[in-house]
Amino acid sequence: MTSPSAAASHRRQIHAKAISIGVATGAYALSFGAISVSTGLDVWQTQAMSLLMFTGASQFAFVGILGAGGGLLAAVLTAWLLGARNSMYAVSLAPRLDLRGLRRLLGAQGTIDESTAMALAHPEPVEDSRYAFWTTAAWIYLLWNIGTLIGALGAAAIGDPSVLGLDAVTAAALLALLWPRLVGRSMWATALAAAGVAVALTPVLRPGLPVLAAALVAVIASTLLGRRRGF
Amino acid sequence: MWLAVLAGSLGCYLEKLLGYVLPPAVLAHDGVRRISGLMPVALLAALVAVQTFATGSSLTIDARAAGLAAAVVALILRAPFLVVVIVAGVTAAGLRALGMAA
Repeated sequence: MTSPSAAASHRRQIHAKAISIGVATGAYALSFGAISVSTGLDVWQTQAMSLLMFTGASQFAFVGILGAGGGLLAAVLTAWLLGARNSMYAVSLAPRLDLRGLRRLLGAQGTIDESTAMALAHPEPVEDSRYAFWTTAAWIYLLWNIGTLIGALGAAAIGDPSVLGLDAVTAAALLALLWPRLVGRSMWATALAAAGVAVALTPVLRPGLPVLAAALVAVIASTLLGRRRGF
Repeated sequence: MWLAVLAGSLGCYLEKLLGYVLPPAVLAHDGVRRISGLMPVALLAALVAVQTFATGSSLTIDARAAGLAAAVVALILRAPFLVVVIVAGVTAAGLRALGMAA
């Protein structure tokens, strides 16, 4: 049994961590806003992405595909495929958050990598888990949108993206999202195979489609891994 | 463009909501779990490769590749995100300004 003051100090630690995660994702949002506007979305469309889509990898992928000359459908499909992992996060969060009605609709929007990780990192007591989820989601939502606006307005003021190397920044931003997921040989193998497939198909398919084709690598890798583990 | 932004956003929101609404057994298969871990890895890796080497339908090695290499070094050195992207951008822009890369 923890004392009330120990519980309060634990809450403060969770809150401080949530703020620091929010600040870090705000930096991602700065570059998202800048890249999005340099890709050809206007400031409103860019802001709508952060307010409504609110899942970083999908947003970067969407503007990245468009920036590389891909079609709108390819951009939307890639964003959806990347967003599918949030369904799995919701499944693992559902029993501990126990969301109903309006809170479920709000909580769904806050279900992203960081808020899920924070909720799962503070499993006991369940009230702390919920507190970690909501504070992390709220701070990220706020700072992600502020960062997006600043980045978008900044890029709109500057103009030519290649002067700042913003095309190279897109690849670096996506790589930084990928990097922490590259744990273990199967992840590295999947990443390298997918990159190889996308590059190999670039001369023969319309822009945007090579990335979608690389999604098949994930399907094949999953089947191979499943067979090896005997499922 | 607005249609794509809104359709993409709606789909991503419904994906999040789906996990709360569906009975857990529907999505709790090992296969589904495994593929949802591998999917972002495959797509992000493919995107990194295309963003770095593709110009329309042709493959090129230009200042972006140098920018990406700089980003890899920054990530290995555990630099924070903003440093990673600034290092990549400055490397690419610097090589172009010096006329050493397209």
